[in-house]
Amino acid sequence: MRKFEYAMPRSVDEVFQYLENNAAVKAGGIDLLDRMKEYEISPGRLVNINGIEALRYIKNGNGLRLGPSVTLAELAASKKLTGAWRVIALAAAGAATPQIRNIATLAGNLCQRPRCWYFRSADFHCTRKGGDTCFALDGENQYHAIIGNSDGCVIVHPSAMATALLALDAVIVIENGKDSRTVALADFYMTPAQDIQRETVLQADELITEISVPGTMQGWKSHYNKLKEKQAFDWPLAEVAVALQMDGKRVKDVRVVLGAAAPVPMRSELAEMVLKNSVLTHELARTAAGEAMENAEPLSENGYKVRIFKTMIYRTLCHAAGMDPFAGGV
Amino acid sequence: MSKKYKLKVGVQENLRDLTVEVNDNQPRPWDGSDHLKYIGKEQTRIDGREKVTGRAKYTFDRQLPGMLWARFLRSPYPAAVVKSIDSSEAEKMPGVYAVITVAEKLPMTIRFAGQEILAVAADSDCVAEEAVRRIQIEYDKKPFVVSADEARKADAPRVYSGMNSNMRETRIRPEDARESDYDRLLSGSHVRVDQTYRTQVQTHSAMETHGIVAVWEDARHLKAWASTQGTFAVRNDLADYFGLPKSNVRVITEYMGGGFGAKLGGGIYYIMAARLAKKTGKPVRLMLNRKEEHLSVGNRPDSVQHLQIGADRNGKITAIKLKSYGTAGIGTGAGTSGPARNIYQTDNIYVAETDVLTNAGPGAAFRAPGHPQGVFALEQAIDELAWKLKMDPLEFRRINTAGDERRRVEYRIGAGKIGWHKRNPKAGADKGVIKRGLGVANSVWYYIYGRGFVCSIQVHSDGSVLLTNGVQDIGGGIGTVMAMVVAEELGLKPTDIEVKIGDTQYGLGPASGGSQTTAGITPAVRDAAWAAGQRVLKIAADMMNEKIQNLELADGRILVKNKKEKFITWKKACSKIPGDQFTVSGERVKDNHGLQRRTIAGVQFADVSVDIETGVVTVNKIVAVHDCGRPMDRLTIRNQINGGVIQGISYALFENRILDRNTGVMVNANLEQYKIAGSVDVPQIESVILDVNEGQSSTGAIGIGEPATVPTAAAIANAVYHAIGVRVRELPMTPQRILAALDQTKGVK
Repeated sequence: MRKFEYAMPRSVDEVFQYLENNAAVKAGGIDLLDRMKEYEISPGRLVNINGIEALRYIKNGNGLRLGPSVTLAELAASKKLTGAWRVIALAAAGAATPQIRNIATLAGNLCQRPRCWYFRSADFHCTRKGGDTCFALDGENQYHAIIGNSDGCVIVHPSAMATALLALDAVIVIENGKDSRTVALADFYMTPAQDIQRETVLQADELITEISVPGTMQGWKSHYNKLKEKQAFDWPLAEVAVALQMDGKRVKDVRVVLGAAAPVPMRSELAEMVLKNSVLTHELARTAAGEAMENAEPLSENGYKVRIFKTMIYRTLCHAAGMDPFAGGV
Repeated sequence: MSKKYKLKVGVQENLRDLTVEVNDNQPRPWDGSDHLKYIGKEQTRIDGREKVTGRAKYTFDRQLPGMLWARFLRSPYPAAVVKSIDSSEAEKMPGVYAVITVAEKLPMTIRFAGQEILAVAADSDCVAEEAVRRIQIEYDKKPFVVSADEARKADAPRVYSGMNSNMRETRIRPEDARESDYDRLLSGSHVRVDQTYRTQVQTHSAMETHGIVAVWEDARHLKAWASTQGTFAVRNDLADYFGLPKSNVRVITEYMGGGFGAKLGGGIYYIMAARLAKKTGKPVRLMLNRKEEHLSVGNRPDSVQHLQIGADRNGKITAIKLKSYGTAGIGTGAGTSGPARNIYQTDNIYVAETDVLTNAGPGAAFRAPGHPQGVFALEQAIDELAWKLKMDPLEFRRINTAGDERRRVEYRIGAGKIGWHKRNPKAGADKGVIKRGLGVANSVWYYIYGRGFVCSIQVHSDGSVLLTNGVQDIGGGIGTVMAMVVAEELGLKPTDIEVKIGDTQYGLGPASGGSQTTAGITPAVRDAAWAAGQRVLKIAADMMNEKIQNLELADGRILVKNKKEKFITWKKACSKIPGDQFTVSGERVKDNHGLQRRTIAGVQFADVSVDIETGVVTVNKIVAVHDCGRPMDRLTIRNQINGGVIQGISYALFENRILDRNTGVMVNANLEQYKIAGSVDVPQIESVILDVNEGQSSTGAIGIGEPATVPTAAAIANAVYHAIGVRVRELPMTPQRILAALDQTKGVK
């Protein structure tokens, strides 16, 4: 790790004064520290925003407003995250470890960089770092993308919070000290085809100042579920967030979001189409799960993830609808 | 001169008489009739408070005035020749004191990614690391091979040039065996299993990384703190390299953050740190980082084991034939045949083992070398045979280990605790997607001890007692056990004993490898304590006007036997020690008799659930029943069993060194992507520790560290089979492998 300056602004306005000269915003610092140790990033200055209390809140009313510095532990424990918003608490509660959740922030989770072992290691100059080889493509790709993996980089996006928030049509508020803009979470992430070296549209001089969820989804049901090899501190092989608007037994509207499937957290329109306006049964949930994997193109070592996604989509749909997934037969 | 004693020996309460002869300067060995105050009970660690409050100083914590920080530069390529090194930029950096190369001259051959090329010493860790990055190396890259299967091919690149194959000579046992004889026995058997089992490379992941802090006290005296399992081995390595008398080198391991075999000595970092310290005239700290731990310090070699076992219609094993190969990278030691040769009763055992060289980090001793992998294959094959015979797998084991009383007792206890006889006798019979299963596997290890270890005990006139020996406590708690032995012998409390260990200035102690520490050192401790007790009893006898034979030491007093009201205190007797203090010693000598059975047994049972739609295996419970001679501290033994089981679960389900097939570089050299069982992955562990008294030494202790981890993965694999009705013959048993195994039987993709 290289030497760096350290700034501790007390207000949001102050942050922007420091965002120059190869500066990096540090919130929880969990992801940043790992990347600095492997020389993936060597900032000249760290701007620690942890001291800015104004960025740390959970406000609900007609919709939900979340401060970027709210920790995953705070989200996991929040009594405000019920109904449709429960998916946020579930995703936060399942991430990392208790120690990490106590310091890791919501915006930090959204902006963390991929966990691809080639990207993370100083030994590999991959396409995402400006090189010309995606080492995973013909290499050790058991944890890599099964969808959207033909554009020169086969990462999966690691953010559990993005998976959950995408099911709620969340919006990101971004500021740079002069202007403010809002971006739908779906447009916040960039595919390798859009820009192979970046995962988000966030610029170096910008800061996420709020994550909001529209009130239109109040009354929906939701669930989040993930599958890991190891139950303590592991990244998912598959994660699924579901938001359901039910009209009796019929699905009125639905979001099915897949994490750890593609280079960006993604809605499965194929699954949603099967579900919308149909009566939700175990069989329908299975059909939707199967449909969601219709466009999967696994790599040499990760075909098993398709099976696991089918199971996890099915189970998460059942849980969201209050059905016992194990009552439906194999 | 010697004395004869009649002892009660045997397993648990089933005791028989045995007469042994011991030296005059030794006590009567503890036996099955001795009911002791501390030994065999649970004693918390005497240094527990220091450890949990952070006051305990490990090698990693050691910082000396003026100390420099050293870092290695390692090859990023698995096979190359270093043609030139330009370190001029680094040497110009402020704070950089020295750059030294491993090889005396270039060109230098590189055989694995992570091999040490040079080391830098600087006044901070940060500067040392940056300096390493500024050194330019010109490599001539060569073809490489990192998988054992690839390396066996005739056209594979050679790891060592000039060799006509990457395969070392196959070791066959018995040496004069003819393979066809065994094939005939196998093909004539009523039932036969013929399968191949694969295990992965597991890296050492001790909490404290490997390393050393070295300081030259003058040109001829070297002192070093080292995170080592063998203080004396490190001392000897350093003395040899620098041509110093052993008396001039002192190695200290006050506290140690764990070791599973890779810290038994021979580290290049010891030498490099001491060379840097010599060159700069300053203390040098060279602690490896986590990545370096994975790459370079040693690992458990992988294995491919082809096993054939036959049995007759009564369930008696007719023959065992094992052909295995594996890779210890650039080193050797990938054998797996110990279990096949040492658990089951048959005269017809044939093994052939081959080391395959690859361009990967070297293997090293790793908690029961060869045994978790050997048992994973053997105990699954045994299970498969039992299922083929439609016989209870436990009954099949009972028939074929009938001569071993310990195993008989262990099977019975373990089966009761896990509910073995309530299990569904069919495999894969549970309805639904979450299926439960029970499995069993035998452990095996060996009774190993060294000789010549010397413990000293000083007794002072204020009654205080100091015990010294050079043995290191690598985390098992040997210091606590030593204090218990002294306390037991002198009628004091373990906390009354001041224990100083982990320093080569004291008497020779065992290296902590082969599960021999307790068996090696405790008899010397007891003999020293017994001698100290005799000295104090003699003083007391004079003071009390009693014969020494009538006196005993208990509860801080010297008592007249059968006349408890007549006593003087330990302190009062010690106050009459002539000349203020005395020192006595005890030496580990050869056992008074050779044991009939030189193995350590042990059995583990696993209760697992398998989700057949995700492939996730959950271990619900492990029952671990083990023997280790006469148990010393049941609490630290239980710790060893817990640790062994957790490491075994981790090996069974998670751990796997992954080398990129195209570059030969390890992709998961961290503790995030190299997966180790965490708290949530650890099930209930119920352990039972047998009392086995042999009376072979003054304490009768035998080891436990290694036996505790040997059978876990195999027990889990057998439980997985019972749950899903499909064999998983490859480690780790990941969701990917479980799903693939399920698919194979269904014939679907």
